[in-house]
Amino acid sequence: MNKVVLGLILGAILGAVDGMSAWFTPAVRTQIVGIVIGSTFKGIIAGILIGVFARKVQSLALGIVFGLGVGLLLAFIVAQMQHGFYFQIMLPGGMVGLIVGYATQRYGRGPQPQRP
Amino acid sequence: MKQLSDRIVAKLQAEMQVPDLAGTRYSVVRHLARGGMGSVWLADDMVLNRRVALKVLDLVAPADDLGALLLREARILAGLEHPGIVPVHDAGTLADGRAFYCMKYVEGQTLAQHIAGKNLSEKLRLLERIAEPLDFAHARGFIHRDLKPENIMIGAFGEVLVMDWGLAKVAATGRKPTEDGISTVVPAPQDSSRVTGQGGVLGTPGYISPEQERGGSEVDHRTDIFSLGALLAFMLTGISSEEVPTATRAAPRPLRAICEKAMATDPNARYQSAREMAADTVRYLSNEPVLAYPEGWFERVGRIYARHRTAIVLIGAYLLMRVFFILFARR
Repeated sequence: MNKVVLGLILGAILGAVDGMSAWFTPAVRTQIVGIVIGSTFKGIIAGILIGVFARKVQSLALGIVFGLGVGLLLAFIVAQMQHGFYFQIMLPGGMVGLIVGYATQRYGRGPQPQRP
Repeated sequence: MKQLSDRIVAKLQAEMQVPDLAGTRYSVVRHLARGGMGSVWLADDMVLNRRVALKVLDLVAPADDLGALLLREARILAGLEHPGIVPVHDAGTLADGRAFYCMKYVEGQTLAQHIAGKNLSEKLRLLERIAEPLDFAHARGFIHRDLKPENIMIGAFGEVLVMDWGLAKVAATGRKPTEDGISTVVPAPQDSSRVTGQGGVLGTPGYISPEQERGGSEVDHRTDIFSLGALLAFMLTGISSEEVPTATRAAPRPLRAICEKAMATDPNARYQSAREMAADTVRYLSNEPVLAYPEGWFERVGRIYARHRTAIVLIGAYLLMRVFFILFARR
């Protein structure tokens, strides 16, 4: 599968799972739909960025580091907006980025070499 | 006194075997090996200033028949331009009447020497590289018919070369072994290739296919697939399949299945090409399902886990972390 598409799908799935875990927090259960949509959107953005990076850079280590960085950055922005819960938001966000970074490098299909 | 004279006779015989390279561009350096038809000598190519290997007929051999065979071998090699097949530079007749051909001198190790201390993955990658020139030759209608560890050389830079095409047969013409002159070859005592009861050289015990051993006309490229299976068994166990037929029992089951399929008595039950067999070994290396081995449910799960170990561990760690947050660190 194309690296960008793989990143997008994986980011969306993990983002949705991330958002759905809010259901276990009674205080925010009423806002679960908005949280899931926002979290999925965040996952999609992270997935696309990581997928594009994986197309350009063929390195498992760099892909993982970039994925972790993007995941942490986006999660930090969300935590800033929530004024707290940095650990609870950034750790899962970073892990999602790391997983997507690994998966796009390991399983994604790179661009086909152009014929002269 | 008798011992002394025997020694002198042996020395004289050895001296007589040294090829007379007068009038050629080559000069002998030393003897390298003996084959079925003659000897291989290390020589200097004085024009190009490089080391080469000369395969020269024995003096005692009936020169006409074997000279034609040696030239035939040289022509086969010349027609097989592949990085995995030793290239021929020159062929001709020496001043003493012996036929010869000149080929690249390969400095390296035989397969048996090379695989000592190598891990399974390295051995299987090696098999893949042995299969490449073989598949190339088969596609051009040539059958090697004497694949064995001694005929596989690994060069100083890791290049894999399939050597000694002296028993090769042109499959495309459909000629019988007795018609192409192979059956007249008498191997030297040091050569491990054997002569059948009918006098035809068929290959080496432990690596020879049943149909080749029978000496029938039905021998095709799949006889080399059998030998390739025997080579794999040798690489897995360090001994030939003839020495201990069940030696591969200690090997992983899928690899055993690959050996068994390649060495099936019925050629139709074997892999139909060297490339197909190599692909199955690569599948094993990549933790993909091996075509020769119908795996069970547990084996499939184990293989999938081995193939995607990192991804599974990462996702597992993520889910564990999620559970931890749900139980102990709610927002």
